[in-house]
Amino acid sequence: MIDSLWRDSVGAVLGIALLIWVAPLFISPYTLTILIIYGMLALSLGMIWGFGGILCFGQAAFFGLGAYAYVIAAINIGESTLPMLIAVLVPAIFASLLGAMMFYGRLNDVYLAVITLVVTLILFKFMNSTAGPEYIIGKARLGGFNGIPGFPTLNMPGNPNAYIWGDTYFYFCAVTLGVVFLITTLILQSSFGRIAVGIRENETRMSLLGYDIRARKTVLFTIGAAIAGLAGALFANWAEIVTPNLFSLSQSAEIIIWCIVGGLGTRLGPILGAAGLSLLKFLLGQQTLIDNLLITGLILVLFVLILPKGIVPTLNDLWSLTIGQRIIRHRRRPRRRTRRKPPRD
Amino acid sequence: MTEVVLETHALTMRYGGVTATKNVDFKLYAYELRCLIGPNGAGKSTFFKCISGLETPTDGEILMLGSETTFWTAHQIASLGVGIKTQVPNVMDGLTVFENIWLAARRQHNTPEANRKTEEILDRLTLRDIAHRHVGHLAHGERQHVELGLVAVGDPKIVLLDEPAAGMSSKDIEQMTKIIHELNKAAAIIIVEHDMQFIQSIANRVTVFHRGEILIEDHVDRVMSDPTVRNVYLGKKS
Ligand SMILES: Nc1ncnc2c1ncn2[C@@H]1O[C@H](COP(=O)(O)OP(=O)(O)O)[C@@H](O)[C@H]1O
Ligand SMILES: [Mg+2]
Repeated sequence: MIDSLWRDSVGAVLGIALLIWVAPLFISPYTLTILIIYGMLALSLGMIWGFGGILCFGQAAFFGLGAYAYVIAAINIGESTLPMLIAVLVPAIFASLLGAMMFYGRLNDVYLAVITLVVTLILFKFMNSTAGPEYIIGKARLGGFNGIPGFPTLNMPGNPNAYIWGDTYFYFCAVTLGVVFLITTLILQSSFGRIAVGIRENETRMSLLGYDIRARKTVLFTIGAAIAGLAGALFANWAEIVTPNLFSLSQSAEIIIWCIVGGLGTRLGPILGAAGLSLLKFLLGQQTLIDNLLITGLILVLFVLILPKGIVPTLNDLWSLTIGQRIIRHRRRPRRRTRRKPPRD
Repeated sequence: MTEVVLETHALTMRYGGVTATKNVDFKLYAYELRCLIGPNGAGKSTFFKCISGLETPTDGEILMLGSETTFWTAHQIASLGVGIKTQVPNVMDGLTVFENIWLAARRQHNTPEANRKTEEILDRLTLRDIAHRHVGHLAHGERQHVELGLVAVGDPKIVLLDEPAAGMSSKDIEQMTKIIHELNKAAAIIIVEHDMQFIQSIANRVTVFHRGEILIEDHVDRVMSDPTVRNVYLGKKS
């Protein structure tokens, strides 16, 4: 376990280094930044769905709440450090209440998907209807479908005049993704994470072993929402405007598609799925011949039919079938022999 | 007399119009090994589900290890020291044998202790050779053993086994019997079984269920020779 944590840390550092020094040779840092943010958003769903079996159709709600919480707090406070924290806390608290309601009410699977979807749509509707001047929180007007532009973006903690923007903001997002990735790894490799996988595999058995499924699912759901909220705040800083479209149906659906294409049950899969599909969307965005959504849908169908496990798990399988297998055999053979003999004698 | 560890009063469970168990008064004593028999649909599995908290009984009450547990959830009852092997194998198919047992051990112990406990159970149930195989890929008998391992590693005080020998080879059953006797040193056990030979080889007292009610409860030999039981149970089976 310690071994794999070490390996993952090295991998994460290498990955982030590649992202910072090599990727900008091919893709602009501005575009890379949004790929990173979407990657983090996908990771938040990949964690609760792929490892906890919670299919949330409304991860966009937490993303949007994080973005709005950041913006409203930043306008009122006038700097960004505390608002970043608020952007993580607001969706987390909201998710813990919603999660407790669902899991203690024994709502699961399709009901859970429907409820989270409905909550997202309600937020979308509500945010769209806040154009009037009466919708104001402190100094921040919600602005309805126009959204909220013009708010203080990220600054160095303690110095509201030292903005973090451009390439620096790209580095900041890349490192944040690396940190979130490692935190996710720590959580998933801890007992808590391994128990979550047990719950994904067989809820009944896990409760018969004495685990409180409801409480554990609520906690995992909350962690996922916190990460989505952080991604939302990063998005607000990147876009410099937040609009109700953050809560839209297509945003919700896209997160799920990213996870399926990248591969559930892995940490890297959703990130790569999100980055790959978003990049494709940007490239396609420059043409008008074919509708974007149509292509995303087509890719989803192709993946479900041809690579139902997604990219990363398929690559893992290929690896262990070819090279990995040889290494494992090489390592295990002598140990097995010595172990098998004693009980027979 | 010895202490009662499990007691039900007028336990009734209805599924819509079907009454699966009806007014069951049942007592189990510490370190007892009891067999539960009865034709298919008699309500044996439902009785287990009520006791283990998978179902909330429609009526009646359940007392266990000094607590009234009638409305407790499954995880609360499990934490009290009740382990169950359900009729349909209930294991984590996507995980390895080691991971399955580790998850059961981790409930009561910290990680290093859970690792140690898991190793111990792997040896005790001779699962060592398949420790790193996925449970979903194992043969039926092996999966039953794994599930028994999940129960055993929790050091339960009451063990419920729903048809543990079903579909197993005689060699598997032999090993299963050994494990059951070992569990019995620390726990009271109820076993649902159909195999008469198996029952005679392990139990003294037998409770016969019929249409959700207790028909008779007596020593295994007297139950076997009882004409009503032969009628109800053996008659239907053939
Ligand atoms: N979930 C359920 N819904 C409806 N009826 C059920 C359910 N579970 C069991 N039953 C009914 O209850 C009766 C007892 O079933 P069960 O407890 O499984 O019997 P046994 O284990 O003795 O074979 C049967 O008639 C069965 O059809
Ligand atoms: Mg049954």
